Amino acid sequence: MEYVSLDIIVCLKRVPDTETRVRFSDGATAIEPEGVKYIVSPYDEFALEAALRTTEAGEEGQVTVMTLGNEDSQETLRVALAAGADQAVLLRVQGSVTMDGLATAKALAAELETREDQLVLFGVKAADDDQQQVGPMVATLLGRPCASNVTSFEVNGGVIRCNRGVEGGTEVVEMDLPAVVTLTKGAFELRYPSLKGIMAAKRKPLDVKDADLPASRLVVQRLDYPPERAEGRILGEGAEAVPELVRLLRDEANVL
Amino acid sequence: MAGKFQGIDFYDVDSLLSEEERMIRDTVREWVEERVMPIIGKAYIDRRFPKELIPELGEMGMLGPTLPEEYGCAGLNNVAYGLICQELERGDSGIRSFASVQGALVMYPLLTFGSDEHKQEWLPKLATGEKIGCFGLSEPDYGSNPGGMITTAKKTDDGWLLNGVKMWITNGSMADVAIIWAQTGEIGDTDAIRGFVVPTDVDGFTARDQKGKLSLLASDTSELHLEDIHLPDSALLPESGGLKSPLMCLTQARFGITFGAVGAAMACFDEARSYSKQRLMFGKPIGGKQIQQIRLADMLTSITQAQLLCLQLAKLKDAGTMTPQQVSLAKRANVNMACDIAREARRLLGANGILVEYHSMRHMANLESVYTYEGTHDIHGLILGQAVTGIAAY
Ligand SMILES: Cc1cc2nc3c(=O)[nH]c(=O)nc-3n(C[C@H](O)[C@H](O)[C@H](O)COP(=O)(O)OP(=O)(O)OC[C@H]3O[C@@H](n4cnc5c(N)ncnc54)[C@H](O)[C@@H]3O)c2cc1C
Repeated sequence: MEYVSLDIIVCLKRVPDTETRVRFSDGATAIEPEGVKYIVSPYDEFALEAALRTTEAGEEGQVTVMTLGNEDSQETLRVALAAGADQAVLLRVQGSVTMDGLATAKALAAELETREDQLVLFGVKAADDDQQQVGPMVATLLGRPCASNVTSFEVNGGVIRCNRGVEGGTEVVEMDLPAVVTLTKGAFELRYPSLKGIMAAKRKPLDVKDADLPASRLVVQRLDYPPERAEGRILGEGAEAVPELVRLLRDEANVL
Repeated sequence: MAGKFQGIDFYDVDSLLSEEERMIRDTVREWVEERVMPIIGKAYIDRRFPKELIPELGEMGMLGPTLPEEYGCAGLNNVAYGLICQELERGDSGIRSFASVQGALVMYPLLTFGSDEHKQEWLPKLATGEKIGCFGLSEPDYGSNPGGMITTAKKTDDGWLLNGVKMWITNGSMADVAIIWAQTGEIGDTDAIRGFVVPTDVDGFTARDQKGKLSLLASDTSELHLEDIHLPDSALLPESGGLKSPLMCLTQARFGITFGAVGAAMACFDEARSYSKQRLMFGKPIGGKQIQQIRLADMLTSITQAQLLCLQLAKLKDAGTMTPQQVSLAKRANVNMACDIAREARRLLGANGILVEYHSMRHMANLESVYTYEGTHDIHGLILGQAVTGIAAY
């Protein structure tokens, strides 16, 4: 691989730890924040690792991490700085982040337009809302090419070559920079931050700006818990139970 | 099985930690969850120290974490160092022992008593884990009383001649370098005990794995035979002088153990609590029975006390005012606490509690070593007894 020098910005989101059992009260439209541990959305971690590896192989590349979020998101940015990002930008909102992908994308794109980064990386989706909207929308707003669901990529002389996970295989695509890429699980498992990196994170620049967040046009009406899992049933033993099992799988579970 | 380990913090001890200290703790916790927990049971049964963990322990900066950055270390404070030990020992005392020996018993004496050449040659490689060290103080007949040691270093024209046997040496068989404490004068003259930097590939050095252990199985414990080893003058740790030098190293390691014990205890409590909610007997979770609730309440109480004890100890250490006697108190109290909790947790788990799939019995067995090494429970009691009466009772 040729040595490259390019600036990369990784947009990441603070989400509840995927191991957290979320709680909300009846009629609520957001989860209860109490006792919830927050992490960098795992897909965004892939994007961060991809950025770090790309600039480690390069010469002058800077990695910036940016998030749209409330004041607490500084902590999330520090995690990314500890892992090796050079600087961070917080687009600060009051209260919680919107579910409206377009509103988020507009706020991010407004900031990105003022910057020179050649590559904008996202996770393919946020682990909490699962909407998969923001990356491609930002690309559209910026008028830049976008490859989504990318498992690995290489940058070479102003061109990015991406491997995309598609049904049954891999699709290889190329785009000229500047471009937008959304990452999924693949080659880029985020490293552990070194303890020295954690200490250094505090000294790295973290720019806080108030976000210009358009009103949300997508309004959460209600949250429901998943249905309780029904208890298992024992149909019988050995070969005699098979016909009944097949019937239930076909007629009740609709999986055959 | 328990879910992802979240630590125990009934008294919001987290609020006494800085953001960096919490991040360091969480990072090591995550590393232990992902790297140690999946393999530790098997390593224990196979009586094997999981060497494959060493490069990452080094890369992340967990070896000699308080040493200065010029040697490739992280230059952390003692609260952070303690929390690293806590999380490592949450996984297994053998993993924490490895890190304690490497950092507190090998890197620390090289930094404190070593020549510039010693530091340049060894510290960066010990920090990355590329080289492994061990610490030879105890002997078959001199455990609690190392001042009586009979390993000798005799001055020769061009260096030193080393002879003796060291026993119970953690990392002994894996080590590239051994810090050996030897008598350079009359036997019993504790002022004449000096430290030597001994590469383990020198002629006359043999390490033998200690067979038959029933504790700390995922750890290398060895006997070192030192037979007519010729060392150059440069092997002497120039600033070491008397028994107090190895004791200073032990103070560093014991400090880490006070936190480590809390980690092991948390692991057992976490397992016991989760099991008590899932295990149905007489149609109800055993966690709904008063006996088990009291058991858990006692555990929670002791862990919380121990947590606050070692955190204050760390603050004293960072302020530079910590005394060895304060370390003795916390080592004795916290390890004893952890031994009790591991046993109670094991009991709460019933028959499952004797299996390696659960962690409490592994911790229970390990902690018997921790209770004994780095100054036995009794010896620390005598140190405290002397501190309050002025009368030595050893
Ligand atoms: C797994 C493991 C790893 C170890 N790793 C190392 C290492 O890396 N390097 C190293 O140098 N050493 C190491 N040790 C050795 C350890 O430090 C010693 O075992 C310890 O100091 C106790 O010595 P001992 O076993 O000879 O017991 P002893 O000193 O013989 O003690 C036996 C019993 O007598 C009690 N006792 C002793 N003296 C008195 C007294 N005056 N009054 C009342 N009671 C007393 C003790 O408390 C104990 O209960 C390790 C030990 C173990 C088990």
